[in-house]
Amino acid sequence: MKADSSAVLTGMHFIDGNEACGEGAIAAGCRFVAGYPITPSTEVVEQIARRFPKIGGMFIQMEDEIASSICFQGAVWAGLKAMTVTSGPGISLMMEHVGLAAITECPSVFVNVQRGGPSTGLPTLPAQQDVMQARWGSHGDYEVIALAPSSPQECFDHVITCFNLAEKYRCPVFFMMDETVGHMLGKVKIPPADEIEVVERVYTKRPPGEYLPYKIYDGDQPEMVRVGMGHRIHSTGLTHDERGYPDMNAEAQDKMVRRLCSKITDHVDEISIAESDQVEGSDVTIVSYGITARVVAYAVDLLREQGLKVGRVRLVTLWPFNEKLIKDVAQNTKAIIVAEMNLGQMVYEVERVVAGKVPVHLIGHAGGAMIELQTIMDKIKEVAS
Amino acid sequence: MSDTPVNPVDGLLRMERMPHIWCGGCGIGTSVNCFARAVDKAGIDHEHLHVVSGIGCTGRVAGYVNVDSFHTTHGRAIPFATGLSLSRPDSKVVVYSGDGDLTAIGGNHFIHAARRNIDMTVICVNNFTYGMTGGQVTPTTPYSAKASTTPYGNYEHTFNLPNLADSCGAQFVARWTVYHVRQLTRSMTKALKIKGFSFIEVIAPCPTLYQRRNKLGDGVMALQYYKDQSTIQNGADTADVGLSFQSDLIVGEFVERENLTFMEGYEKRMKEILGDGFVPYKGAK
Amino acid sequence: MGTEAEKESSAPAKGKVYLKEDLCKGCSFCVVFCPTDVLAMGGRLNYKGYHLPDIVAPEKCNGCDMCGLYCPDFAIFGVRTKRKKGE
Repeated sequence: MKADSSAVLTGMHFIDGNEACGEGAIAAGCRFVAGYPITPSTEVVEQIARRFPKIGGMFIQMEDEIASSICFQGAVWAGLKAMTVTSGPGISLMMEHVGLAAITECPSVFVNVQRGGPSTGLPTLPAQQDVMQARWGSHGDYEVIALAPSSPQECFDHVITCFNLAEKYRCPVFFMMDETVGHMLGKVKIPPADEIEVVERVYTKRPPGEYLPYKIYDGDQPEMVRVGMGHRIHSTGLTHDERGYPDMNAEAQDKMVRRLCSKITDHVDEISIAESDQVEGSDVTIVSYGITARVVAYAVDLLREQGLKVGRVRLVTLWPFNEKLIKDVAQNTKAIIVAEMNLGQMVYEVERVVAGKVPVHLIGHAGGAMIELQTIMDKIKEVAS
Repeated sequence: MSDTPVNPVDGLLRMERMPHIWCGGCGIGTSVNCFARAVDKAGIDHEHLHVVSGIGCTGRVAGYVNVDSFHTTHGRAIPFATGLSLSRPDSKVVVYSGDGDLTAIGGNHFIHAARRNIDMTVICVNNFTYGMTGGQVTPTTPYSAKASTTPYGNYEHTFNLPNLADSCGAQFVARWTVYHVRQLTRSMTKALKIKGFSFIEVIAPCPTLYQRRNKLGDGVMALQYYKDQSTIQNGADTADVGLSFQSDLIVGEFVERENLTFMEGYEKRMKEILGDGFVPYKGAK
Repeated sequence: MGTEAEKESSAPAKGKVYLKEDLCKGCSFCVVFCPTDVLAMGGRLNYKGYHLPDIVAPEKCNGCDMCGLYCPDFAIFGVRTKRKKGE
């Protein structure tokens, strides 16, 4: 399925990550956005507010993030592709509705342009401190998908990936941007619409009466439905059976919750997007994601020029965590460094998976600025020696 | 028993889920009877009726109506309904929930949907308590009334719901009790036909918690109280219809006004500014 | 007084009440708010032990369905009996 050409601004652009994210959502087919202003994300919805009236979309600025995070789910059940955009504090307010999207299996995109935390923190400065929040923020057992872009181009490309994954896996998908990539101007190539792969929502073909909204007919996902198709669906946040009716006991819970999780964890390979180079036989491999991966790439290039054998891994998909990839890295390098703009979050996943095979180090940061090039280079040299 | 007649309300209900969970003498079911008849009288086909509820006893209405229905999170039925209603212009979206859900945790969304005049009918079953969780105090529990969290009697000022809805711009505001089944049905029918934000407060008994804890007898005695102490004052100034413990009740249709709905305002403004460049939002095709 | 009651009782009832006993929770709304006192709380219990209303004066039923409007459990309702033409 290709993007709708009437709304894709094909061509070369010099825009920031926030604007690219707005254009990417439009290219992905998003035509409903509910949001609330919060630095450093607001330019995304401001872009959407300018563009939507010209392409038949609807942006509504809700009264708060809680409202935004469920308002767009109403549009999804109406039949739209929809999203909400916010930053850390907003994501904190939206957590109950991340869980609602998980249990109702509602294809939903949450854009988080991260800023320094906790609390009001550093509204205008970058951080990557919401990574575990994205994974564990709401209550209960559930899985999410999360992607982290490293450039304005990827803010365009990978918000489309988020929408596609949301449709395919019917779950909450986080787009983990940050203030720097959001406010960074850069070259963004928007391809012709027919070169943009868009996963279209497929609705059940089963007639009313023969269709159960939460039954797995084939594959791993229940067949999607929307209002007005005569199926008289019932969608509830309560633990429910295949008909969507409340079924509150441990047995129904076991069946439902395990499926909600395995439908994602069974597909880590397909969901996982990552880059890695020269890990084989390296003295140290540095793992990073998002904006930090840019400085890391530069540091690694400089050190390789000095003859160091440095492997590099950039994670685009943060969740579900690609254990196989990191286990494989641990087989082929002598030490691993994780660089992230927090005091240690993804490093725990890496440590868990590496399980002592090789030492795992952290280049952390309390947030508010990019990790310095020199800091990265010094640490790599120290670990590699 | 070949053609035993069918209860007119069954057509709107998921009969396979009956008996429901509401206690004997609870007024929620009575309001649903009125709602079922109002839906038919308003000529709304069930394919284009969507019911959204929050959490609480009344929140279970969504689970019992045989239409596309959503049992959302506590207090957030209205913002969900906003997204649904804007994206389904040809459907009627009804939010059916309780006083706690709509005006305590959901208060912020209630006032803004009314302000924006989003096209939806909000039916608030006001039983002065959080029934599902054991009878805690709500923003409408009358002063001095006992609740599990005000064991010595409520000491807070309370909302006057018609006044709240009116002051935020609701197009239609009415209040009835579940004793006034005919008038309630009529007002619901009217509200369902109104474009924009319409609000109906339905005063109903919670025999198990509110009535029992305040020694007010069972459901019948509550309906008796409604019958004896209600006066119908259509067009009353909503500022004058506040309630106190076992006080006289003013019921009726208080407000009818016509403002541009959210969508009408949006399209009017965009046409003015963008002219032919404006592409209206058609929602889901 | 008596004759009128007799005349009334001999005329065929204009309506009929139907009760789904399993759904009833014995709240007696129907009994109290039936305008023609067709119903009365009886001693019979349903499978859950709720007291059921008895149809004690079926002939008085005019099929107004007030019982159906009031019943919070969707358990009872009244229907106008179809008149054959000319009756």
